[in-house]
Parts: sequence; structure tokens; C-alpha cells
Amino acid sequence: MDRPTSTEPLVAVRDLAFYRDDRPIFEGLNLTVAKGSVTAIMGGSGSGKTTLLSLIGGRLLPIRGTVTVAGEVVGALSRKALFALRRRMGMLFQSSALLTDLDVYENVAFPMREHTRLPETLIHDLVLMKLEMVGLRGARALFPAELSGGMSRRVALARAIALDPMMVMYDEPFTGLDPISMGVIVKLIRELNDALGMTSIIVTHDVAEACTIADYIYLLGNGRVIAEGTPADMKKTDAPEVRQFMGGLPDGPVAFHYPASRYLDDLLMANQS
Amino acid sequence: MIRGLGRRVISGVSRLGHATFFLARLMPALGAALTRMRLIVQQLYMTGVLTLVIVVVSGAFVGMILALQGYNTLVRYDAQSSLGLLVALSLTRELGPVLTALLFAGRAGSALTAEIGLMKATEQLAGMEMMAVDPLSRVVAPRFWAGWAAVPLLAMIFSAVGVIGAYIVAVGDLGLDGGVFWSQMQSGVSVSNDIMGGLVKSVVFGFVVSWIAVFEGYDAKPTSEGVSRATTRTVVSSSLAILGLDFIMTAFMLRGL
Amino acid sequence: MQAKSMEFTVGLFVVAGLLALAMLALKVGNIHALNLGGTYAVTADFNDIGSLKTKAPVTVAGVRVGHVAHITVDPTTYQAVVTLDLLKKYRFPRDSSASIETAGLLGEQYVSLSPGGSRHYLKNGGKIRITQSAIILEKIISQLLYSKAGHSSGHS
Repeated sequence: MDRPTSTEPLVAVRDLAFYRDDRPIFEGLNLTVAKGSVTAIMGGSGSGKTTLLSLIGGRLLPIRGTVTVAGEVVGALSRKALFALRRRMGMLFQSSALLTDLDVYENVAFPMREHTRLPETLIHDLVLMKLEMVGLRGARALFPAELSGGMSRRVALARAIALDPMMVMYDEPFTGLDPISMGVIVKLIRELNDALGMTSIIVTHDVAEACTIADYIYLLGNGRVIAEGTPADMKKTDAPEVRQFMGGLPDGPVAFHYPASRYLDDLLMANQS
Repeated sequence: MIRGLGRRVISGVSRLGHATFFLARLMPALGAALTRMRLIVQQLYMTGVLTLVIVVVSGAFVGMILALQGYNTLVRYDAQSSLGLLVALSLTRELGPVLTALLFAGRAGSALTAEIGLMKATEQLAGMEMMAVDPLSRVVAPRFWAGWAAVPLLAMIFSAVGVIGAYIVAVGDLGLDGGVFWSQMQSGVSVSNDIMGGLVKSVVFGFVVSWIAVFEGYDAKPTSEGVSRATTRTVVSSSLAILGLDFIMTAFMLRGL
Repeated sequence: MQAKSMEFTVGLFVVAGLLALAMLALKVGNIHALNLGGTYAVTADFNDIGSLKTKAPVTVAGVRVGHVAHITVDPTTYQAVVTLDLLKKYRFPRDSSASIETAGLLGEQYVSLSPGGSRHYLKNGGKIRITQSAIILEKIISQLLYSKAGHSSGHS
């Protein structure tokens, strides 16, 4: 992959620790997202990938360590400054999170109406432009309930880029889509990133898709980064955790069994009682 | 059993504290929401106008029932001329505000909770936050204002329709004199005590029901079970709050405080 | 639902609510009882007020001119001290008298004023000196029965 990406970091996570109900999610996490790149953050279910996006977006605060976005420490910002920063971030939720009482057009127009005083004609043109980019200009009058999963994710994508953000975070963008819709999303993420000069962070566990579009991959496990590199590096590595994840092997360093007492003991206990 | 009761009291009190903190957080958003009347008007439609039908129908029936029952009792003392007064006092002081608030909690309060809870469950609120839009001022505050404003309006409509319903039964069916019906009412109902007292009650009920409804919705567990439980809690706690507050306010008003 | 027609419906709803309030105030209640012009207070001492209650009407020639504000007992004379709030637009001579009367045989009790002829008028905090206590129906009946009984026993 020889796409031009600057090495200047847009997002830097340093020594991050985060606990949920005393259960450590992250412990000493470090990672960097280069400006203009598509960076995939991978890991098994429950490895805290979505939590990481909430930390970057400032919806959660770290116990320790810092998250820096565009030179600003997210956890230390006032609410006003945080909201100003968020206006430059787009986020695509796994559930799309479209506003169900508004149609497609109004959903895409929503951030513009909330944050700008643009005249109605300009909003109209901008909304149609964003919808055209995701190929759904014809669906503008539909309501979220009338959209398929792939379509609503595309509408959510159009909404995420409505204010031309500097970066977009994607939470599991490939999950639950048929192969065609998935291909469309993969293509859109890459194209929008390059055409609009954005930075993209993709949280996913789909190995194949991540390898197709990512410039750089982080693999999370046990609250820290267990491997990182370009997709080519990741495929070549012989670290057992990486090979298990990339190859989709059921057992390995990440055990198939949830921690339990000895199987035989359990069975005998049941017979006694 | 006593321990269980104690635990209930403690959890109830801590829930009230939680709701109070929520209200304090909502305060700045309430001011911000006032600059966007369109959102409030939209919610006034959802909460007020759509509750109007049930309020009008219930008000008419309650008025007619009061007239029949009251007549039946008053006629034993040959005091049926006071029927208008009896109906008007019952409606303006008690039944109008209380029944309207109960109907509102069931019809609109539960819908508010379910709507906000579902928006939370489907990540719409989180999505707004990530779009740098504060859900408290965009979603919660307009609904709170609209609910608060709708209850007194509905209560006044309830009482007025009830009086008209009673008039129709009293004059049309029971054969009372229309002039006596109104004049007895006017000499006995005081605007400052009875009608304003009822209005104050309904303003308080509107505040409390809207507060409970948006709090339960915003605080709901983001699952389908969580939302359904929150909706039930809204109806139950609103009803208890309405009846309890009504007792307290009535006691104060009758003692002339 | 179109935005315009929704706004219109909401507008109608608000108007309906305000109209209902207006109807309650004007048709059901009596807006004049709001004492728009303000009131002044005078007191009157009674030996027995019967079942007079606060908020009972004060009338002159059957027209309502105020209401009973407080009822207390004078700690030295043990008379009932009734404070009357009278509408400012009516003035009464200082030698007016007050009596407690009953509306109908079993109705509510109220205070009736009979104006005197003095050129000086009652002021805020003034006192009505001539009063007539409530007529207690039970007392009259028992007196009547007693005298009847005495009468008939005298004859036989």
C-alpha cells in the first residue's frame, strides 16, 4: 500500500487506562493515528474497541493517561470546547443511530441546522451532494424505518460527513451487512477518506475487509495493543495471538473456554446433588 | 419484612435524589430550549393535542356522572338548586386537575418515557452527543416544557367541558332551571380560591409528571426490557406523586395558607 | 403532518385552554369576587356568631360587598371578633350595624350590614359597634317548646 499518508499524528493515545465496574478494559494502551490514513482497530468481542471510540470522542473519561485529538487533550476540555472539537469529528454508529422521527433528508440536514445558520437553499444543495456521494439521493424522502441495514448505514455516513469533519470514526461498519452492501461501504470509506482528505478510524473484527482498506492495523487484546503494522506485516507475522485472530482459529492464546473449574469436577458435583 | 421495607424506602429516596440531580443538570438546557419554540410547539402537539380527545371525553362523562350522582343526593335534602355549585367545585378544585394529570401520565407521560428511552436504546442520544448536539436541550427540555404547559391547559378544558356536561344533564334531563344552575355556581365558586387553586395544582402536577416522564426515559436501561420497565415506573410514580401532592396541597388550601 | 397545520392545531389547543380558563372565571366563578379594587378591613364584636365561617359573604341590601376575613375571640370580653374585608368602592357610615343572618332556613350564615346616618365613614381598622348576634334556630325552638309547655301546663 503506497498511498500518501503523512506521519503527523491526528489522534494519539498515551498510557490509557479505563475501568468499567472495577474490570480493567484498558491498561497502558498506546496508539497513534496518522493524519489522512485509514486506521483499523481490531480485536475480539469485548476487547473494548467501541469503548476506545467513546474515549476518543470524549463521551467517557480515562482513569489515567491521555487521548489527544488534533493537539487537544480530550479529557481536559470544557464542555464547550469538547463540543467544538466534536463538530470536527464524525461518527458512524453500528446501529446507524438515525433519528427515527426525521426522514433521510432531514437526518443529513440535522447537523447543519443545529450548528450553522446556512440558508435553506444552501442546506438543500449540501444535503443532496452528501446523499449523492453515498448514492442515496433518490431515497431522501424515506424514513429510517423504511431503509435496509446497508442503506441506513450509508445515510448515517452521509450525516457523519455533513459538516466536512477532519475525521470519521466507524463503529463496526461491516457487521450485519450482505456482501454487496458490505462492498459498497468498504468502497465508500476509502473513497471518502481520500476525496475529502479525512482521517478514518475503523473499529472492526472483520479481518478481510480491514486488510483491504486499512493503511495501518492495531490489534487489541487484554487492554493493550498486542500487535500493530500494515496489513502486509500483520499477515506475515508469526506471533501466535495475531495468527489466531487473523486466521480465525477457534483455540489458541485466546482460549476457547471461558475460565471455569475442571469439567469433571463440575459433572461429579451435579451427580452428587 | 421490615428490612425489605427499609430497603425500599432507601432506594426510593436515593432515586428521588438521582432525579433531583437530573433536574439540576436539565436547568441550563431548559433556558436554551426556550430559544427554540418550534421544538416546543412540536412537542406540545405530541403531548397536548393528542391527549385532548381523551381529556374532553373524560371531562364530559365525569361532569354528567357528577350531575346524576349529585342530584340523587341533593334531592333528598331538597337542595338540588346547589347542583351546579357542587359540580363546579368538585371539578375545578379536585377532579379537573387530578384526573387530567392522571390521564396525561397514562397517555403522554408514558409515551415521553418510551420515546426518550428508545432514542437512548437505539443510540440516537449518543449519536447526537457525538454530533456535538446536547440531547438534554435538543430532546429532553422541549418535551419537559411542552408537558408542563399542556397539563394546566388540559385541566382547564377538562373542568370547562365537565361543567357543560353537567349542565346538559341537569337542565336537559333532570329538569333543573338553567339560571339557578349558573347563579348558584357563581355565588359559591371563588375565582381566587377555587379556580386559581385548581390552576396552581395542575401547574404543579404538570411539572412533576413531565419531570418524572423525561427522567425515567433518560435514565432507562437501553434495552427493550429497560424501556418497558421505565414506562411502567412513569405511570406508577406519577400517579402516586399526583395523589400525594394533591392531598398536601388540598390540606394547605383548605386551611387558607 | 405539515409543519404549518401542526402549528395551527397547537395554536387552537392553546386558545381552547385559555378560553376554558376564561369560561371558568367568568361563567362558573364570579370574577368580581376577585376584589379587583382592593379591600379595607373593619371589625365587629358579636356575642354569638352561630356557625359563621371565614369567606362568608358580607351583604348590604342583599348585594355582596365583601367577605369575612378572620374570626377570633377577644381574650378579655370573650366576644367573637369578626374581621370583615369590604370592597374599597363602598363606604359605610360609622354608625352602621352588622347582623348575622341565615340564607333560608338551613342555609349558610352571612353578615348583613345596615347603613346608619353618620357623616363619618368607617376606615380601615375601624369598628362596627352595633351588632346583632346570630339567631340560633335550636334555641328559638327550645324556647318556643318551653313556653308552650309552660302555657299548657298552666291551663290544665
